Amino acid sequence: MNDETGLPLTPSQTVGPYFTLGLTPEKHESGLGPLITNEIRGEGEPITIHGKVFDGAGEPVNDAMLEIIQADGNGRLDAPGFTGFARAGTGDAVDNSYRFTTVKPGPLGKGEAPYICMIVFMRGMLLHTFTRIYFADEAANANDPVFIRLPEHRRESLLARHVESVDAVSYEFNVHMQGDRETVFFKLPHPIAD
Amino acid sequence: MSGKRRSAHPPYTYPDYKSSILRGPGRDPIDLDRLDAKHPSSMGVESGVLLAGRFRPGELDHDLTRNARRGGEPLGERLVVSGRVLDECGNPAPGVLVEIWQANAAGRYLHKADEHDAPVDPNFLGAGRCVTDREGCYRFCTIQPGAYPWKNHHNAWRPRHIHFSVIGDSLVSRLVTQMYFPGDPLLDFDPIFESVPDAARSRLIARFDLGLTQPEFALGYHFDIVVAGSGATPRDNHGSGK
Repeated sequence: MNDETGLPLTPSQTVGPYFTLGLTPEKHESGLGPLITNEIRGEGEPITIHGKVFDGAGEPVNDAMLEIIQADGNGRLDAPGFTGFARAGTGDAVDNSYRFTTVKPGPLGKGEAPYICMIVFMRGMLLHTFTRIYFADEAANANDPVFIRLPEHRRESLLARHVESVDAVSYEFNVHMQGDRETVFFKLPHPIAD
Repeated sequence: MSGKRRSAHPPYTYPDYKSSILRGPGRDPIDLDRLDAKHPSSMGVESGVLLAGRFRPGELDHDLTRNARRGGEPLGERLVVSGRVLDECGNPAPGVLVEIWQANAAGRYLHKADEHDAPVDPNFLGAGRCVTDREGCYRFCTIQPGAYPWKNHHNAWRPRHIHFSVIGDSLVSRLVTQMYFPGDPLLDFDPIFESVPDAARSRLIARFDLGLTQPEFALGYHFDIVVAGSGATPRDNHGSGK
């Protein structure tokens, strides 16, 4: 499908600085309660994932919005009652970090490593972008069909690191928008052939 | 960044919109499909997940004139904003979560980061959400948002707009955008609007619709949203919900 034969797409615009009002409203006293939270519940090992988003000057971004999408611990996307989707902003914590509470995903298929998809939005981004969170402590990364095809020096940018924590097993994953440590961002496969 | 599909969207970096300079990715995204021809990445989480129909907004969530009242009605011109979410083939997209947020009639957001010296409306939150019906239709009641200044450049004002977030079935259809109003003189001076390729800009402007307009009550605006992808793919095999 292309622009000649299909309906033309609605263009993207930035999420802007005020998305918390509608998209992560749990901090607001009045009005809507949260519909999508920073928590995913399902079968699997409870983990937390936290980190920061850094702009091209290396400064942490305080108005980024991150969404994660993942399988449960058994590698299932469609387990009954399971919605592997969560959303968090970076503006609520004093250090501008985001935080998700979830379960460690299982691999979708044999020979694949487990990973979490992440969508990155922020004021200043006119179009969102996609990345993946792999886990540094997974031996399966060495065989993952996507991970091993990335340029070697860029793989590091997709690895969440296990960090000591008093509560659940905790991983740190930072997003770098530009520069030497720039996170690998992906263009998604399109279901309609070009 | 090549390819026709991108032609609808703004570039990651648009220097007239100053904060894009340090915030857009520095490198082109890596194409997941071309990365792994042997293992079709269409089997990955990105295209395997099905999100339509998963979210259940509350009964009044779609009505911004009622969902945050504190003993009174919000001030401003009442609007009905409605339209359809469609895929690229023109199929309606049912079960899609549409979330909106906006300034109040005076051009003020109920947000700690908004420093504009305009009054807050105690009866208006400025956020709503609903799910599209079987025909892909969504419908909100709200208040005409005001224009407001921002600090991108000297005397910069955002045209009146409503932010939209759309979560359809697959991640390729994920969209965040802004809906503008016809005839707004500020559109010609807004770098966020102008970041969109010229030919695609009009798709962000709602159409006044007398049919949606409710006599003696609210003006109607129609705004259709076309998202990437198609419902008519093999993913429908497990998309029926049975």
